[in-house]
Amino acid sequence: MSKTISLPKQRIAKKHGPNDLSPTANLLVNVFFWIYTAACIMPLVLVIIVSFSDEKGVLIHGYNFIPEGWSLEAYKFMFKDWHQILRSFGISVFLATVGTAISLVMMSLYAYPISRSDFPHKSFFSFFMFFTMLFNGGLVPWYLVYTQMLDLKNTLAALMLPLLVSAFFVLLLRTFFANSIPMPLIEAAKIDGAGEIRIFSQIIIPLSLPVLASVGLFQVLNYWNDWFLSLVFISGSKNINLQFMMYKTMLDIQFLTSNVQASQGLAQAGGILQLPTETVRMAMAVLGIGPIVFAYPFFQKYFKKGLTVGAVKG
Amino acid sequence: MSDSTNVAAAVNPVKKKMKARATTGFLWTVRRYWIFYVMMAPAAILLIINNYIPMAGVLIAFKNVNYTKGIWASPWVGFDNFKFLFSSDVAWAITRNTISYNLVFIVLNLVIAVAMAIMFNEMRSKFLAKFHQSTMFLPFFLSMVCVAYLVYAFLGAEHGFVNTVILPKLGIEPIDWYTEPKYWTVILPIVNTWKNLGYYTVIYMAAILGIDHEYYEAALIDGASKWEQIKRITVPLIMPVMITMTLLQVGRIFYADFGLFFQVTKNAGALFPTTQVIDTYVYQTFLTMGDIGMSSAAGLYQAVVGFLLVLVTNLFVRKVSKENALF
Repeated sequence: MSKTISLPKQRIAKKHGPNDLSPTANLLVNVFFWIYTAACIMPLVLVIIVSFSDEKGVLIHGYNFIPEGWSLEAYKFMFKDWHQILRSFGISVFLATVGTAISLVMMSLYAYPISRSDFPHKSFFSFFMFFTMLFNGGLVPWYLVYTQMLDLKNTLAALMLPLLVSAFFVLLLRTFFANSIPMPLIEAAKIDGAGEIRIFSQIIIPLSLPVLASVGLFQVLNYWNDWFLSLVFISGSKNINLQFMMYKTMLDIQFLTSNVQASQGLAQAGGILQLPTETVRMAMAVLGIGPIVFAYPFFQKYFKKGLTVGAVKG
Repeated sequence: MSDSTNVAAAVNPVKKKMKARATTGFLWTVRRYWIFYVMMAPAAILLIINNYIPMAGVLIAFKNVNYTKGIWASPWVGFDNFKFLFSSDVAWAITRNTISYNLVFIVLNLVIAVAMAIMFNEMRSKFLAKFHQSTMFLPFFLSMVCVAYLVYAFLGAEHGFVNTVILPKLGIEPIDWYTEPKYWTVILPIVNTWKNLGYYTVIYMAAILGIDHEYYEAALIDGASKWEQIKRITVPLIMPVMITMTLLQVGRIFYADFGLFFQVTKNAGALFPTTQVIDTYVYQTFLTMGDIGMSSAAGLYQAVVGFLLVLVTNLFVRKVSKENALF
């Protein structure tokens, strides 16, 4: 407190308005936020530090911000199994990119007709979409449709289809199309001889890039962070994504050791069964968290816009 | 209807009459707008597969499913599955857990997020406000698997940070967190708030930024203190957003965040008394125990009560203030 008061120069230099917080209140708010921000970052820092720690020290003294010694063993061990990691990483990237692209096309193709005020069946099709937000059949029938009817167990399609169309995003797109694209523009295009497909692809889509970017980012995140679909539909290790691989590692370190590549590598190294289990776990977490943390500064900028658009209901 | 038909109609008055008759029919609409149906087809088909066929599948809850006979040939059992479910203590426990956690989450998400949004708005350094706000958004981007790792790094029994560093300093014996149900009624709300606070704060901040600055200038001239300004201007003006956000959560009070209750608790059976919710129970009975009848009964119970809750909340809100209703 005394520190702020003893720095009058800075305050004068900054020229605060008459309605600003008092220095004391401002200091309290600042202290509070520094603590909270630390609480948001420290868990990640702990996981990263443990992943680079020496296994022996971790086994004796537990996870700590200041390790006994540093070591890359966990990562070395993990990358003996690089085939599986690369495959899971590839699946996650594939779902996040291809899934999001297909999802955006399908959702905006549905949202555009129901945004058109002259389309007589727009309210029926809006409700057809909206109703899925109100009621669902539950896990059991849904699971049976995907496994018994469509026979999609253990396929990548089972990881992509369930997330393709989200009613909330479709209604968000509809609201944007309806509010931001003037009807006279569409009518002018029609008079010039443009068909609906042409209007959609050359007028609607280019004018809707902000909302498409927001929804697209949400979908990238949904696909990237999904583990539930793998939990339900995927058995075996062929088609698992990165998040599910993390989940399995968390459950049981055996997953890495039972894998052929890993155990071969281990045998070549002299067959020592002393595995760096605790640090490997955390190295796995770093691998899964990494991409999202790097993408996040870019993400959150657009996310905020998307959230604000989403808060306006239609 | 559209301009093109009007133009054609103006040219030929006889045609206008014919058009007027024809432009009301269902078939006319389909012919006039056929391309729209083609555009909507992919998403509509997916909705039918993903949402509408499973809705019809709720009938499974009234059957005694026998895999050798096939689901549709299995015998009807009426409400037997529900009787089994509600005669056990489980139905009560999972309902209580689901609702009470969600109530706690709703209150925390509202009160803390609004308080934080107001503090951000009042912070002197706009740069710091932006920095803190970006950082607290980070947990929102992590998957529940990641969050489970972070929680485990702190609460792991043998090597967790709390047990090996914090508790010894306080002179407390290590606690086996993953076998002690009582602690999770506190841990789960903390984790949930930590993960979602950034999201809710951003929404309330956007609402505050939308408030006209003249209100505050007028209040300042009238000599209103900061606290009075918050109480009489900021909070009342963001009330509609607060109501909408709360309603969205109240409508889903019968649905739990599966990831939170499954991943973060590591699905530990010892914790079930305080951590099992309807969603994890349905998963558990169906995919681990293979009890289709019980799990589909629980699923239908959840869907129907959840649906009624949405309708009731919406009706209630329409009565109070129409523009805040969801539909």
